[in-house]
Amino acid sequence: MRYSVASVIREGLFGNKGWGRAWRDPEPKPAYDVIVVGGGGHGLSTAYYLAKEHGLTKVAVLEKGWLGGGNVGRNTTIIRSNYMMDGNTQFYELSLKLWEGLSHDINYNAMVSHRGVFNLAHTPSQYDAFAYRGNVMRSNGIDAEILTREEVRKELPYLDFSEKARFPVYGALVQRRGGTARHDAVAWGYARAADMRGVDIIQNCEVTGFIREGDRIVGVESTRGAIRAKKVAMAVAGHTSVLAEKAGLRLPIESHLLQAFVTESIKPLIDTVITFGAGHFYISQSDKGSLVFGGDLDGYNSYAQRGNLPIVEHVLTEGKALIPRLSRLRMLRHWAGVMDMSMDGSPIIDLTPMPGLYLNTGWCYGGFKAVPGSGFCFAHLIARDEPHPVAAKFRLDRFRTGRPIDEKGAGPVPGHH
Amino acid sequence: MLINCPYCGLRSLEEFTYGGDASLERPDLADEDMERWYTYVYLRDNPRGPHKEFWHHLYGCRQWLVATRDTLTHQVTSVVPARDVVKPADLPEVQSPAEARPKRVAGMKP
Ligand SMILES: Cc1cc2nc3c(=O)[nH]c(=O)nc-3n(C[C@H](O)[C@H](O)[C@H](O)COP(=O)(O)OP(=O)(O)OC[C@H]3O[C@@H](n4cnc5c(N)ncnc54)[C@H](O)[C@@H]3O)c2cc1C
Ligand SMILES: [Zn+2]
Repeated sequence: MRYSVASVIREGLFGNKGWGRAWRDPEPKPAYDVIVVGGGGHGLSTAYYLAKEHGLTKVAVLEKGWLGGGNVGRNTTIIRSNYMMDGNTQFYELSLKLWEGLSHDINYNAMVSHRGVFNLAHTPSQYDAFAYRGNVMRSNGIDAEILTREEVRKELPYLDFSEKARFPVYGALVQRRGGTARHDAVAWGYARAADMRGVDIIQNCEVTGFIREGDRIVGVESTRGAIRAKKVAMAVAGHTSVLAEKAGLRLPIESHLLQAFVTESIKPLIDTVITFGAGHFYISQSDKGSLVFGGDLDGYNSYAQRGNLPIVEHVLTEGKALIPRLSRLRMLRHWAGVMDMSMDGSPIIDLTPMPGLYLNTGWCYGGFKAVPGSGFCFAHLIARDEPHPVAAKFRLDRFRTGRPIDEKGAGPVPGHH
Repeated sequence: MLINCPYCGLRSLEEFTYGGDASLERPDLADEDMERWYTYVYLRDNPRGPHKEFWHHLYGCRQWLVATRDTLTHQVTSVVPARDVVKPADLPEVQSPAEARPKRVAGMKP
């Protein structure tokens, strides 16, 4: 059923009894054209664009748990395109453009909110670095503004501008088109839109191995039996190494934890996204009123999906240094997600040395904003066996050939990206 | 998470910094084989289970240790002084406390 004003009014008048399920719950078929492993944001958007852009509809998404149970439902929902390395700059802008039309495209309210992203600078040199970044963005046709301390103060008066501020605000880089989106809605919306185009979305189906013919991958072994496919595409975020090992691949990836935090609901306070450049802290307010924030990685390899306490203390300290009034709030929840940290901090969308196997990984802790662009480019790669021009730098062999995209300048240390 | 330092006893995670995968073997510095260096610098097993890794007891005895830790449960099953199990060439370079923290200039993620 298509959602529209008329359907909302009709259902409202008749007790909301007519809503069908958002996507079917089919049994796996014996064979598909494409199997996408992983029903997170990237897997679901890939399936959708395979159907929409390339007419491939004999497609299945296999998810070991439930849709939205991975990082797509665990992140702090920030979307932006303020990157500056060649490759990243163009890719994240494509993704942000897709966000702009997303709710209409998939007929589902993803609650995309262009509330603006402020990156605070606390020193003249950091301010210069941000001005440089802003110039790179603008020369690529991407919106960016640089604000002085007084200009920031006008817009964000609740930051610590006092004499006592531990890290005084010097200025900020602002991308007004950046903002947030509703994480679950992104997963559900893509799932429903892919399903409406004939894609089978199969939950509770863990891929446990691959079927091979010669050196070709021709399907998967799963907890719901063997399923054959002409092409198998991996989009399993933090678990890429575990699955890739079953195909004999060793990757430039480590799995690390990132935690997120939510406070009790309060009246509207923060109407934008703020990142604290003196440390590592970012905050926004959800539509329900909770403040949503996060900080550093836990810093060591982990698949635990639960964080450790030192980071809790660290994040809260930073938050209070930036916005003193946070100390009066109760924190309701915190949790962690397992992320696929790549060795240069940038993603990998590529063919693999195994014919029939396609790879989408290395999103680190910036992969939510990439969901539309990643699916769009990955679908192109799978359908045509050649990279989409905008993602052509995200090759797997860039590490071997000395062409990493090191946005952060942190070298081959995933925990530092 | 607690780590049992062979010199200091059971201590909290906060006293330590992580030094990465301790199962890697650094090629000889004179080795000119790029494939071996690529493998050493970039490729990781990244296991979901027991993992051999370096920890520096930075705010304790300042010794480098090699711990075996389960990446799924965070349980640390063995901790030994690094000098007992690795060649000096494999040890990460010793950092001063100020350098031990990753430098975060941009501060705008995720
Ligand atoms: C706390 C936190 C905050 C973050 N904040 C932001 C942010 O503000 N902005 C931003 O851009 N990014 C952010 N990120 C990063 C972003 O969430 C991730 O990079 C992105 O969501 C990962 O892609 P995904 O949605 O496809 O992953 P997931 O949703 O994790 O999808 C992968 C799926 O694969 C499934 N799977 C794994 N193995 C198998 C198997 N063998 N068989 C079948 N299925 C399998 C998993 O169950 C999972 O559902 C954050 C991450 C975290 C953890
Ligand atoms: Zn010690």
